[in-house]
This record gives sequence, structure tokens and C-alpha cells, in this order.
Amino acid sequence: MSGFPAYLYLENGELYSGIGFGIKKHETAEVVFNTALSGYQEIITDPSYAKQIITFTNPHIGNTGINEEDNEASSIYASGIVIRSLTETPSSWRSKTSLQDFLIKNNSIGISGIDTRKLVNTLRETGSQRAIIAANDSLDPKDAKKELEKFSGLGGLDLAKAVSTKDSYTWDEGVWPDFKKTSSDFHIVAIDFGIKENILRLLAEHVGKITVVNAQISIEEILNLKPDGIFLSNGPGDPEPCYYAIENIKIALDKKIPIFGICLGHQLLAIAGGCKTYKMKFGHHGANHPVQDLRSNEVAITSQNHGFAIEEKSIPKDITITHRSLFDKSIQGIQFDNKPAFSFQGHPEASPGPHELISLFNKFKDMIEENIA
Amino acid sequence: MPKRTDIQSIMIIGAGPIIIGQACEFDYSGAQACKALKKEGFRVILVNSNPATIMTDPTLADKTYIEPIEWQSIEKIIEKERPDAILPTMGGQTGLNTALTLAKEGVLEKYGVELIGASREAIDKAEDRELFDKTMKSIGIDTPTSGIAHSMDDAFAVQKEIGFPCIIRPSFTLGGTGGGVAYNIQEFEEICKKGLDLSPTNELLIDESLIGWKEFELEVVRDRNDNCIIICSIENIDPMGVHTGDSITIAPAQTLTDKEYQVLRDLSFKILREIGVETGGSNVQFAVNPSTGKVVVIEMNPRVSRSSALASKATGFPIAKVAALLSVGFTLDELKNDITQGLTPASFEPSIDYVVTKIPKFAFEKFPQANSRLTTQMKSVGEVMSIGRTFQESFQKALQSMEEGLYGFESILDSEKNQNETLQYELTFPGPSRMLYLADAMRLGWDDEKLHKLTGIDPWFLFQFRDLINEELNLEGLRIDQIEKEKILALKQKGFSDRKLATCLRSEEKEIRKRRISENILPAFKRVDTCAGEFATETAYMYSTYDGFCESNPTENKKVIVLGSGPNRIGQGIEFDYCCVHASMALQEEGYESIMINCNPETVSTDYDTSNRLYFEPITEEKVLDIIELEKPVGVIIQFGGQTPLKLAEALHDKGVKILGTDIDAIDRSEDRKRFQELINLLSLKQPSNTTVINLDEALEASETIGYPIVVRPSYVLGGRAMELVHKKEELVKYLGEAVEISEDKPILLDSYLKDAIELDVDVISDGKVIKIGGVLQHIEQAGIHSGDSACSLPPYSLEKEIINEIKTQAEKIANELNIIGLMNVQFAVIENDIFIIEVNPRASRTVPFISKAIGISLVKDATKAMIGKSLQDNDYYESLSPELSFVKEAVMPFDKFPLVDPILGPEMKSTGEVMGIGKTFGEAYAKAQLAAKKNIVTSGKVFVSVKESDKKYLQDLIPKLIDSGFTLIATTGTAKTVKDLGFNCEIINKVTEGRPHIVDELVNKKVDIVINTTEGRQSIEDSASIRKTALQNKIFCTTTIFGAFAFVEALKTSREDWSFTAIQEIN
Repeated sequence: MSGFPAYLYLENGELYSGIGFGIKKHETAEVVFNTALSGYQEIITDPSYAKQIITFTNPHIGNTGINEEDNEASSIYASGIVIRSLTETPSSWRSKTSLQDFLIKNNSIGISGIDTRKLVNTLRETGSQRAIIAANDSLDPKDAKKELEKFSGLGGLDLAKAVSTKDSYTWDEGVWPDFKKTSSDFHIVAIDFGIKENILRLLAEHVGKITVVNAQISIEEILNLKPDGIFLSNGPGDPEPCYYAIENIKIALDKKIPIFGICLGHQLLAIAGGCKTYKMKFGHHGANHPVQDLRSNEVAITSQNHGFAIEEKSIPKDITITHRSLFDKSIQGIQFDNKPAFSFQGHPEASPGPHELISLFNKFKDMIEENIA
Repeated sequence: MPKRTDIQSIMIIGAGPIIIGQACEFDYSGAQACKALKKEGFRVILVNSNPATIMTDPTLADKTYIEPIEWQSIEKIIEKERPDAILPTMGGQTGLNTALTLAKEGVLEKYGVELIGASREAIDKAEDRELFDKTMKSIGIDTPTSGIAHSMDDAFAVQKEIGFPCIIRPSFTLGGTGGGVAYNIQEFEEICKKGLDLSPTNELLIDESLIGWKEFELEVVRDRNDNCIIICSIENIDPMGVHTGDSITIAPAQTLTDKEYQVLRDLSFKILREIGVETGGSNVQFAVNPSTGKVVVIEMNPRVSRSSALASKATGFPIAKVAALLSVGFTLDELKNDITQGLTPASFEPSIDYVVTKIPKFAFEKFPQANSRLTTQMKSVGEVMSIGRTFQESFQKALQSMEEGLYGFESILDSEKNQNETLQYELTFPGPSRMLYLADAMRLGWDDEKLHKLTGIDPWFLFQFRDLINEELNLEGLRIDQIEKEKILALKQKGFSDRKLATCLRSEEKEIRKRRISENILPAFKRVDTCAGEFATETAYMYSTYDGFCESNPTENKKVIVLGSGPNRIGQGIEFDYCCVHASMALQEEGYESIMINCNPETVSTDYDTSNRLYFEPITEEKVLDIIELEKPVGVIIQFGGQTPLKLAEALHDKGVKILGTDIDAIDRSEDRKRFQELINLLSLKQPSNTTVINLDEALEASETIGYPIVVRPSYVLGGRAMELVHKKEELVKYLGEAVEISEDKPILLDSYLKDAIELDVDVISDGKVIKIGGVLQHIEQAGIHSGDSACSLPPYSLEKEIINEIKTQAEKIANELNIIGLMNVQFAVIENDIFIIEVNPRASRTVPFISKAIGISLVKDATKAMIGKSLQDNDYYESLSPELSFVKEAVMPFDKFPLVDPILGPEMKSTGEVMGIGKTFGEAYAKAQLAAKKNIVTSGKVFVSVKESDKKYLQDLIPKLIDSGFTLIATTGTAKTVKDLGFNCEIINKVTEGRPHIVDELVNKKVDIVINTTEGRQSIEDSASIRKTALQNKIFCTTTIFGAFAFVEALKTSREDWSFTAIQEIN
């Protein structure tokens, strides 16, 4: 296999050597593992993975190459990827390029030939770790420890503003493969903390017309757009430093504008409602997580990608817990009792992952309709 | 929702005998269901005709009926047991079809029995092709363009619309029996005619051919709250056109993007909901166009299946157990995931961090006349599964598991023949060795594009194979000491076996092993945990890889390794898995840690909670030694897995591994011809005169002394492979010239054929001091018919007590001399008062489960305990057999899957499974066994009799019995003359060679109800084959031995109304 000597160095001192692909560079980030069996293209282009190195537990990555339809953003956001085995020559009728070429194009690094199961075992025991992924040529392994000390981890780190769109834009494309759109004219302002495009596609298919805005936009600017509903997107990093967004959300809540939040958006909504968040041991990253709707008892298999969660004790009286993870009972969904606002910790937009909770987008639409009526 | 309390007793219908398309996966699923429901406090009533199953162990259900799986028998049991519900989804197609018949016949309504797991409507919608097609269309899901035909006229009309090639599938048949691909009108007509006949509803589905499309299966579980989960996705490496049971498959799917996979996932749920599978597991099969991504649904099975067993083993998620619990009201979130110690619920989708490969195993060498091309009708008899961290490792381990002398991609092309032509054919029309031909094509430089075009195999797999072949070619000319440590590790990570590396490097396996171990290149064992490592597991379900980090964590307990029996094949099937499971249970009962090594995903032995620890590995010297060196057991048990572990005995012994039980020298003494003769002589016993020859001249010379007919066979074979009966010199010459190789290394055995001898199987158990008889079985078919294909009776039904006592004494003498510790099987032949020893096997035989069920004592458990030093308990074993009952075992043959094969019994074993009949008389037991084997005994009508010269003396006795039962006779000239000379009326009919109308016409016209056709000599057998084939196709009871005819007559003496149905718990 073509490639270059590369390694992954963890804060606990573990060193994994393998074969690098993509660009010869080094990146410092938090290393997490994702157990999804499909969807590497969506995962690496998901802005929520900014400042994270993704370990794929599925051993073969790159099999279907990279196609034009499945990106979640215009480039790779993950700091690096760690895999067991790279497919250099992809096979798929939709494939346009190979994974390693896509990494090169996006100035990213990957490393293969790693005993990813051992790495997962470590992360499960110790929790997510700070790590360096590097080409040996770019950073000598013996300098890795020192380099790693410069990075203090994701706690307290506001990454949303870094990945958010600079300029506002509108979106009107539906979901693969039919690209259907709703006939509804509702105007949704989607605040971009690192938004995945499939959320926009689903909003377009189920809810209305969308304007995507920068994370640090002022509430006045939002209100000027006359939103029928506000969407709070997913995104990377710690929610607590995003005070600007939290303040905006508080106002929108007071004005009873319908709000739907996903992932980081869910955490921000919760904080605006008076909750606190905490950093999880190794988070949830996968596409097989059971989440129970506490009202119907129905269980949905969900896509998950978060390292922070809502603290149970901090939840005020006027917020109801609607969903819980059946893996660890952590909070997965909340609903405001007296305000048209709800949010979900996992990823109902899937991409990758199961489609069970796409219904939440309809719920958002229904909420807007009720609010107008 | 919690467990239902309105039902207390549940009947489970098993799948019956092992046949092609329905193997021990249903023992695995049924056993899980029984255990789970019993644990929940339900009274479980089980019906299964197959005694070699774990599920029919008396402890698994409250009431176990080893009875025919047929609606009238089951009605009797329902009448007696009054179950509240029937769970029909655990017994394969047989279970579903039987439940459907019970519903249609009004039995369920009459006794107020509810179907749980799948409703009648759901079964109908899924299984009835036309209804399924309509249902799919109604929810906007594409199915292949197709039409339904109930007659040949219909069929031709449909074909016109669809064109060629097209796929023909009869409704409601197992494993697609009778289906096929037609490329022209002749083929079309042939397949349709047969299919219409085989379908119980005389219905065909004719589909547009999707040959070359990608094929995927999803295993789905749904609960009554409408929670749906996918347990596993399976991708077929063989594209559409090859039955999924015959396809090499892998899990998880490798060549779909998430978007495409989610489409299949969504469709699966939609289909389950629309079909109405409210609770339980189902399997949905899809075809995906490789260049457009268009998806069509092929079929769905509203029950657990072979694929769900595979998915369970592949992920560690016990589908059958969960499905059983869902059927009684639980929901997924209420059930725990056992493998993570209940840390997580069962309502999740397993994630795996390895690749699983399944390769089916075929038995075409047993059926040389059969068409060995793989099509839409399943032909494989077993399968192996393997687990590796990567596809390459997984695939090469699967090859090693096959026990076909493969240690990787061995070359198969004959260098002298026209290679290109052979390759072109083998790759276009896939046969059992297609992957080896593919590898050879790569060695010859055929490019991937060409290979993809010929085979339709996805390029992703071709790249993977290509890389392995390149690695192999790169080793050419090198020696082991010229290769660096890193390279060896890399090759091991790609799944190269030591043996294969030895071949590539022109070295010895032990040299490679030595180097490997000296470099500390050792396998790491990883766990199967359903969650890709996200949660910790204590469940010791493991596979080997070379990734370094080992999670095996062996204990300090005293432990024993049981070697399993590998893939099912003809001659070695579920009986041996039963034995291995019992060995494991006995070890645990005695406080030992039991460790299982096996590679057959269909079995109970590879259930992760059968043994304390499970290594899902090929049973090869390399893998077994690796595990032994890690685990350091006090010993290894090799007696219970058939030939598979025996083959390793010497190698293990040489490495100083302690083999528990009988010393391995006993194997040699009973298998080595010369030493066996010495043993017989030493004990003053008799064996048929025999000799070993290494060339034709020797054979001809020996034939003079032995005298014809002679049984000929190669040495060291399983299940009578290539064994034949030759009647004259010309046949012997032909056999040695065509059928087998003969040389100094490959000697041929000649045995005197014991004419009209009664054969017996005796199983003996001993702890080295006390020797006891486990059972004495009298064969119904005479000596010369392979013991595995012969029906047999426990106790013997026509032998004098003195003879039986003498046989027991002789068996004990042999056990004593061989110092048996454990089990031993001896086959005897009796002619009048002469007793001959045919063979001795110092191990568990395939009759052990049958005997154990009859006597109510597990021979294997006691044998295992003897092997770890316990004295035999004070059991009477055979002597405790109920004097009021008779037990008959009948072999079940796969001839209906191979229409070109003559369904005649002979010295080579061909049966795939067995059933047991229990009755107050031999006749009743035999009749039930026939019914259970789906042999249609009618009690009046016309019998066709045609017997060989040497059998004519029996007609005097046989004919009056037939006439007294109310049959009329029809015969060909020779036999008719004998019959008339005896003073009976007999219609005369032409032989096929004598002009029309002849006997075959009569059979086709259903003018004949029973066929008694015995024959000998190559020519006569060939001439009369069409009679037997036609009888089989027309489901006319046909016996090919005279003793079989007498047993049939005995069966006529019983009447169904008088049959008794007794649970085995009530017998012993």
C-alpha cells in the first residue's frame, strides 16, 4: 500500500504507528471513536467533528469512495481519521474520487493499519483523550508529548464560531435521491454552529424556506428576517462558552418564536432555559444508539455524535425530558412546557444513520403552524 | 409491554430432519426458543421428528414429541396437550407450512390455539408469491418483473412478457427446490414442469432475471410496539443468480454507502409492517443494480432462518431467543443484551468491528450425475463461518475451515487442460470452486474488468482477492529465512495460514510455525461483543486475528477443550454437534471450564452460552494449537466431532497435548487395515475377507480369492465416499480405471460383499474398567447399504436373543482390547449364525443421539465424565430401554434436489439427515418414521415389483403379505413370471427398454402407488434408474431393497387411528 509512516500519540502516552494517507502533516485534537458501520463520508465532513480525530471501529473504510451527494459540508472538518484498513480503489456507481484523494484535496491526514479495537478499549476505559495524529516527517514522535501539552482539550472551547458560515445564505434543496421540497412558505432561520447539510435538506423537504446565518448574529438581525421558526444547529465543542447564542435564544424564547435544536443546538437551548451541561467520558458517536420516547415508550435507533450532555439535576420545572438514551439513560430530548421550543441531542437528520426520527422535523412544522394559528 | 399472562402453554414446531435448505440452524433457534420460553415460566411442548437435535433433549421442553411434523400427527398432540399457542417461526419453512396447514384444516380453531410470532395472514402474504408481489406493489416497492403460473400455458404466456433469461421459482418449496434459470425454451419447459409438480400449491413465480445484480440481506427484528431494528446486513459476494444459501456471503455489507444502506433499511421496516410481522425476526432480501442503484425486493421470510442464525453468530445478538420472547409480549427495550451483561438493552443495532465470511459446502462428489452449477435452487449441504479483522483475513480463514484440503487459495486448474476455456466456463457458470478458479485466473493475469464482467463479483472483492494473489506471487522463489518479521506479520494479518505460507515458500508448516513463534508473531484473540468495543464484555466469544492486542484473558480454572465437527456434510452432521454440546454440558456439570472450538454457524455448539468459552475458528492444526498454547487445558476431547478432530489427533499428540479418553493408538488399530486384521484375529472374531491393493494386477488377483461381488473403496474415507459394489471383473477394471486413483500412497480396499446379511450398529460406553452397551440397532436395509443411509430399529426386530447377546459380548471384547475410555461404535453383519465385524470406530457415532433419546440417558455426558476420570454411573443404558416401545431411525435423502441422480441406496452415504419414529410395534415406529421422512406410504392400490434374481426367493414370503393388505401387483416379465409361478395374479408391463407403454408411463400417469425395485450390476442399475427417478418425482413410495419391502409390509399392519403419541419425558 502506498502511504507514509504516521502515528497517533495519546495523552496517556500510548503510541500507535501505522501508515499515513492524505497530507503529511500533524494535528492536535481530541480522539473519539465512532461505531457506525456506514457513512464515513458524512462523518468526516460533519463540522461537529472539528478539533476531533475520529477512530472508525468499522475496519474497512473508503470502500465506496467519495461521491457528490453525500457531503455534510463543503470540506473535511475532522482533524484526522484513524482506521484499520483503507480501501484505495473504491467501488460504487456514485463514487467520484477515492478517500485518500479527498483527504489530499482537503488538506487532511488519515492513518491506517491501526488496531482500532485496542484504541477503543483505551478510550472506553480512560475517556476521550487529547491526541496527536501526525506524519513522522511532519512531527517526530519524540516531540509529540511536548506538542500535545499545548492543547488543553475541548472543555471550555468555543468552536462553533470558528466553523460557522461568514455570510448568510438561503437553502432550497431536498433530500437524496428525490430532492423533494415542501410547498410550505414558512421561513426558518437556521443558526449555523457547524450545520450539517442534511438538516437543511430535511428542513427544505418538511418545513419551509431556509436562511442560514452566522452563529454570532445579533437577535435584531434574526428578528428582521421575520422567522416563523428558528433552528439551532449541531456543532463542535463546548456549548457553555457560546454566551452570544445563549442570549439570543433567551430572547427568542421570550418572544415565543418556535425553536428546534439539534445536538449543540439542543445543549444551547437547554442552557438558555436554565440547564447546565457536562463533558461526557467518551461521548456518543455512532448510528446504533437506542433512544426512548418517554411518552410513547417507542424506541428509536439514532445517529449520535456528542461529547457534552445536559445535567439531569439542573433541569428547571418548566422543561420536560422527552427522550432518554437506553445505553446510559442520559438526556436525549427536552420540551419547554410553556414555550414552543424543543430539542434533540442525537441526530434525527441521520446522515449517516437511521431515519426513524425524521418525524421531529414534522413536529417542528406542526409547532410553527400551531404558533401562527 | 410485559409478558402476556393469558397464555400458559406454547407449542414449538421444529424443522424436522436435516435436508438441503434446512439444517441445524433450526436446532439452534428452536433450542434458544425452548430455553427462553421455559425460563419465563411457560409450559413448552415441542414437536420435532429429528432425534439428533439438542432441542429434543428432554430437559429443554416440558413435553417433547419426537413425532412426524405433519398436521394430523400434530393435531393428535394438540388434542392431548391443549397448548394455548403455537410458535411456528422457529422451525423453518417446515414449521411455517405445517402451522399454516393446521390453520387451514381448522385444527387451531377447533382447539382454540393462537398462532404467535406470525399470523396466518402474514405467513400467506410473505410466502405466497402472487400475494407478496401484490403487497409490495401496493406500498410502492419494486419487485422483479414477474408473473404467476399455475399451468404450462400460463407459464408460456408469462415468459413471453419477460423474455430470457428468466428465473423460475415454485411457491412454498424449501431452499427454492425445483427452481432454476432458463436461457431457452427447452430449459424453461423442463424447469416449469418440475416446479409445478413440486409446489404444494402448483404455483410458479417466473421472474425477470437479475443475474449480476448485487444481492443483500437484512435481518430485521420487530416488537409489538413497532420498534424495529436491523441486526445485521449481509452482502453476497456471488451476485444474483446464485441462491443465497449457496452464495458466499459476508457481514456487514461492504459496498454500500450509508444513503444506499438506509434505503434498504427503511424498505425492510416498511415491508415487515405491511406483511404484518408483528413480533419476531424476519429476513428481507434485496437486489441492487450495480450501475444505477435501482433496488428491488426479492423475498422476505417471516421467521428465523439460516441467515438469522448466521447474523446471530456474526454479531452475538441471539435473534431466535429475542424473537421467542417478543412473541409472548415483551418489547425490545424490556429485554437485555446478554453479551454486555445486560448493561445495554436488546433494542439497539449491533455494531461489529470485524468481517464475517460464510462459505457454503457442497457434496457434488457424492452425486457425480448432479448438475454442479449453482443456480437459484439451493444445493449446498453445510457451511462454515469465519471471523477476521479484515475481509482478507476472514475470507482466508473461511477457506481453511472448509476441510477440503484448502489452506488458502489453492490452485485448481489442471495444467494440461485447456485453461482458458475451463476458466471462461467456471467463471461464467459458477460452481462450488468458483473462487479457486477466480484466483487461478488472476494468477494467469486476467484483469479485474474481465473478471467482473464474467462473474458479476463487485470490484471491491476482486481488489481484495487480487492483493492476496499478488502477495502469494511475490513470495515465489523466496525462502522463509529471506523474509522479514514485519512481512510475516503482514501476511498473517491478511489471513495466510502457516500451511499456505509453507507451500509458497517451499517449506514445512512446522518450520513456519517455529519461525513465527520465535518472532513472537502470535494470534491475538478478540471478542465478539455486539458493540464494537463500546461496552466491556465478559462473554468469552472469541476469534483470532493478528492485531496484537489480545483480549482472551484465559482463566486459571481446570479446563477442557472440545473440538467441534466443522461444517455439515453428508456423513458428518448435526449428530456430532449434539455430541459436542453434551460433552460441554458434562464438563460444566463436573466443575470444569469447557472451551469449544468450531466454525459452523448453524450449530448449538457455536452458541456463545453453550460453553464457558467459545473460539469461533477453523479446526486446523495451526489454529487449535494456538488456542491450546494460550489456554493450557488439562486435555482435549476429540471423540465427539466425527472425523474432523480425529484428523488432528496425531499432530496434537505429537505436540504433547493430552487427548482425553481412549488412547489415539486405538484409532490407528481400528483404521489401519493390517492392524485391524490383527485385532480381529487376536480376539478370534471374524471379518469379511478383505485385502488392500495398490494396483490393478493385485486387485484382479485378490478378487479371485475374495469372490464377487466385492465392495471396493479408497482407504481412509468418510461416509463411504467413492465406495462401490462391483459384481464382475469388468466392473472392477472400470472402477479402478475411472472412479478412483490407485497407487502405493492411495491403496484401494477390497471387501467380500456379505450377501443378504443383516447389519447392526452397536454403541459401547466404557470408563476403562466397566464396559456397557449403549444400544444395539438392527439395520433394515441389508449390509452393503451404507449404515448412514439405512433405516434401523432399536431394539433389533428380527434377531434371536442369542445372536444379540453374542454381538454384545464381541463388542465388549473389542472395547476391552482397545481399552476404550468414552464411546465406541462397532458395525456387525450377521448371516444366519455367523457374525462379522465390519468396522470399529473408537469414537461417538452418528447413532449416539438416537440411542440416547430412546434410552433416556445421554451416552455422551457419561462418556465425557468417564474421560475426565469419573467411574461410569450405575446406569443400565441399553438394558433400560422400554420393552413396550420400538424406535426406528430413517435416513432422509436429498434426491429431490438432484433430479439427475438415481435415487438408489448403495454403499456410499448420501443422506443428509434422519428422523425417529416411536411406536408400540416395529411396524408403527417404521410407519411413523416413513411419514416423518415425507415418504408417502399408501395402504392400498397397485404395487410395482421388480426384483433382482437373488431377491426372487423372498417373493414367496412378500407377495402374499402385499395381497393380504389389499394391493394388486404389476411387474415386468421376469418378476411377473415368478409371481405367477407362485400362484398370484400379476399385471405385466414393459421395461423401459422394451417399448411403450412401459413402467415409467404408468408411474407418470399415477397408475402405480408403491414401487419395490431391487437391482444389481451397473447395467441393470442404469437401465432401471428412470423408474426410481420417476417414482421420486411423482412422490411414489419406492424401496430399493428387499428388506425395505418387508419393513413396508410391517408398516401396513398398523393403522393411523391406533398410533400412540407419547412425549419422551413419559417414556423414560
